[in-house]
Amino acid sequence: MREIYKKPEALNDNITHYCPGCGHGIAHRLIAEVIDELKIRERVIGVAPVGCAVLAYNYFNFDVAESAHGRTPAVATGIKRALPDNIVFSYQGDGDLAAIGTAEIVHAANRSENISVFFVNNTVYGMTGGQMAPTTLEGQKTLTTPSGREKGTTGSPIKVCELLSVLEGARYLYRGALSTPSNILKVKKAIKDSFQIQIAKKGFSLVEIISPCPTYWGLTPLESLQYIDNKLLKVFPLGEIKNTAR
Amino acid sequence: MKEKKLVCGNVALSEAAIRAGCRFYFGYPITPQNEVTSYMSLRMNEVGGVFLQAESELASVNMVFGAALTGAKAMTTSSSPGISLMQEGISYLAGCELPAVIVNVMRGGPGLGNIAPSQSDYFQAVKGGGHGDYRLLVFAPSTLQEIVDYTYMAFSKAGQYRMQVMILMDGLMGQMMEPVSFPEMSESFSYRNDWALTGCKKREPRSIKSLFLEEGVLERHNKNLQKKYGEIREREILYDTFLADDADVLLTAFGFCGRLCKKAVEELRGMGIKAGLFRPITLWPFPGDVFTGLSKRSRKIFCVEMNAGQMVEDIMFYADDKNKVGFIGRTGGGIPSVSEIVKAVTGKR
Ligand SMILES: Cc1ncc(C[n+]2csc(CCOP(=O)(O)OP(=O)(O)O)c2C)c(N)n1
Ligand code: SF4
Repeated sequence: MREIYKKPEALNDNITHYCPGCGHGIAHRLIAEVIDELKIRERVIGVAPVGCAVLAYNYFNFDVAESAHGRTPAVATGIKRALPDNIVFSYQGDGDLAAIGTAEIVHAANRSENISVFFVNNTVYGMTGGQMAPTTLEGQKTLTTPSGREKGTTGSPIKVCELLSVLEGARYLYRGALSTPSNILKVKKAIKDSFQIQIAKKGFSLVEIISPCPTYWGLTPLESLQYIDNKLLKVFPLGEIKNTAR
Repeated sequence: MKEKKLVCGNVALSEAAIRAGCRFYFGYPITPQNEVTSYMSLRMNEVGGVFLQAESELASVNMVFGAALTGAKAMTTSSSPGISLMQEGISYLAGCELPAVIVNVMRGGPGLGNIAPSQSDYFQAVKGGGHGDYRLLVFAPSTLQEIVDYTYMAFSKAGQYRMQVMILMDGLMGQMMEPVSFPEMSESFSYRNDWALTGCKKREPRSIKSLFLEEGVLERHNKNLQKKYGEIREREILYDTFLADDADVLLTAFGFCGRLCKKAVEELRGMGIKAGLFRPITLWPFPGDVFTGLSKRSRKIFCVEMNAGQMVEDIMFYADDKNKVGFIGRTGGGIPSVSEIVKAVTGKR
């Protein structure tokens, strides 16, 4: 009998703390599947962020470090410089990467640090209870934008891939979404590309993953997926934003 | 006898770190420690190590964190405002029990202050700085040879205890030149790393973290940390004395002020005053018991510092009678002169 579905070796057998319909679990699984397929589990070192994914080390079955909020790319840099033959990735939310850690991600990309960054963009701060993120949509209601984000006072959503794309060191930038099976498969392919770029020592790559947060969007899991396709993707267009690593 | 080299304190520190096996240096320019970054950018190349100029002190201490996670010998250096930025990372290093050497070549503050020498980060170094209950092993060298010796030692202590060691010196010590002899290149280039993250080949995966959410676990972690700090208190105290055994007037000082006080003691002895010096080398753990013993024999104690009075609080705490303690200090980059100290002790103006 042909086995068509099983738990990746790179994932632990744990019940997650993520809310129903959350994208973090899917993102974890995709990373784990790719690590299995590339047979790099024993070489990988992950850096977990501060945010809902802070407990990632409970779910990943390989070496994982924790970082201070936003310093994730600097920690990954230190690991990669010390162990250049290991495969190092950072896993970051939009608060972690696009707010408190803006400097660290820009400079890691500019140095073309040979790491993979998986950037989970759910347009809110999940862990702290649903406050505005730098990626929050205009008009989006959050705990700290109760009448909707207003551009005049709080700015407009930061497009991280586009922002980083002007840096020569950013070799591969891809934006995907966890909204439909075909989009999810594209995210998986991008994660694989990112790891392969790192294995070939071609420098910095980042995969932005638009991901549902039903809890702080105030939507059901299904509505969240529709919200991604109908609303979010108008602001955050999908696809390869840059690739100079071919 | 070993060949002596004439170098400035910042270079003495850098070369000693390399000889202790440090192969990962991350830093950000700030005066008066800039000789470290330039020296490291050259020397790390020669020894096959990594030099990286980070985008900030936040980044450099977190790069040290990353390298330390893998069991590597890593160091960063800075001066006061930069060390303030590093406090977050130092707290995380402490929480994760990662070995690291952090150097503060102090300058005048608060704020941007100036680039003149100062000792005003004593509190920050020995009482905390970052959040949470943690301690740093803090060495305060007084000569350039001591910079070499204690930097070399700092790496072995950091590895032995999986902890953060700070070399605390002022800008003058970084800038001045003196002949020093360097120790041999250390044979062992990395720490024991049976806890480190290296990829889980042929072993169970590991995680290194400072988040402990389950009931009681963080308290247990803190108790273990405190137990380790207790062992360090027992074993790692270092101090120096000069004519202190029969001293009627006991001067106390650390770092550069220790040198000034030594001269002052000589002058005071010349004047027929039985003066002596007590100089802590480890500021944490503070040599409290030794000092209490010494303090009993003296009539008067003076604490001399380049700050508004920080170590003097510990001196008063450990002195047999705090009413005996006087303070002599300069702030904002001022350096006390030997005659100033002598005058203050003898009460003449
Ligand atoms: C220095 C610091 N500031 C603030 C926090 C509080 N904090 C924890 S997670 C978080 C935001 C996380 O949001 P994001 O990165 O978008 O991840 P998500 O939880 O949405 O997955 C904040 C502000 C912290 N832990 N440390
Ligand atoms: S709060 Fe949002 S991001 Fe966090 S676990 Fe719940 S759904 Fe996921």
